[in-house]
Amino acid sequence: MTDTLIVMPAFNEEASVGDVVREVFEKLPNAHVLVVDDGSSDATTQAAQDAGAKVATLPFNLGVGGAMRTGFRYALECGYHNVIQIDADGQHDPASVPDLLRELASADLVLGARFAGHGDYEVRGPRRWAMRVLAGILSRTSGTLLTDTTSGFRASGPRAVALFAEHYPAEYLGDTIEALVIASRSGLVVRQVPVVMRVRAGGVPSHNPFKSAAYLGRASLALLFAYIRPKSTYLVGKRA
Amino acid sequence: MTLSSYIFGVVSAVLVLIVVIELLRRRHLRERHAIWWFIAGLFALVAGLFPTTLAWAASLVGIEVPINLIFFASIAILFLVCLQHSSELTQLEAKTRTLAERVAILELQVKGQDARSGDDER
Repeated sequence: MTDTLIVMPAFNEEASVGDVVREVFEKLPNAHVLVVDDGSSDATTQAAQDAGAKVATLPFNLGVGGAMRTGFRYALECGYHNVIQIDADGQHDPASVPDLLRELASADLVLGARFAGHGDYEVRGPRRWAMRVLAGILSRTSGTLLTDTTSGFRASGPRAVALFAEHYPAEYLGDTIEALVIASRSGLVVRQVPVVMRVRAGGVPSHNPFKSAAYLGRASLALLFAYIRPKSTYLVGKRA
Repeated sequence: MTLSSYIFGVVSAVLVLIVVIELLRRRHLRERHAIWWFIAGLFALVAGLFPTTLAWAASLVGIEVPINLIFFASIAILFLVCLQHSSELTQLEAKTRTLAERVAILELQVKGQDARSGDDER
């Protein structure tokens, strides 16, 4: 566990981040936890520090992509081999982390998937169809069956950490979908393992068909550009 | 064309060029941003001084009313400058983002070192 860094992007999560960090330490006693406060206006940094996590505070909001790249950079500079991303809203169960790490032995990027048999989390309607279409395309690209491509519960091995420290995308949806394309096009091995997903503390998944259409549109655009971008964009070790 | 419209055209073009050169001279404008405005000013000056060149250029590309060439060229230059600005804005955003990430990491490391050196003193 000591060569693994748990990165938790948090934006205005003062209510939950402390409990999530404490739960991680409880279930994984040797874990190293870095909370990246993504320019929160509340006491997220303080809450995370009080719970015992290291906290990197971004001066303004960069989105999940920017927060995660900070985590990858930190991991690379401090010599961690693996990075595990966990949401700060308590949606992901830290008890699944060993499952992800086990799979990481034979892969570079492991996704914790919601629809792979475990748990009672379900998305219905147009949004589900949109996610299925995306999963189909991305499964073909990565050469492995992926059912939950937008999962924020993922583990990255050394090659993925080096790649993402430089090229983790900042755009909306880029952090989940585009990151998968970047990994696949760079020859990394992607796998998924089923995990239990808990219901979010606040907020209901949207079933609005227009929002789902907009979601699919933006996701398709992000996908399209991820595919047609020159491969040299993703070279590691050459700062742009 | 009347004499006054001729003078108006030439003076406008010269004014544009003076403003661009003055901004360049005071380093308020970088060369790569100035180049488009400079080209636009030069074209305006040539077209103002020698209106026949405009009619010749228009007939060359098959435009019947020469003024339409002016409109086309103006819009094209404005469009290109706008595109250049969007592109530079994107690059600036990427740089700002990288800086913000570095600052967050450095801040964390500096704080960690402060805490450690504090322990040594005790």
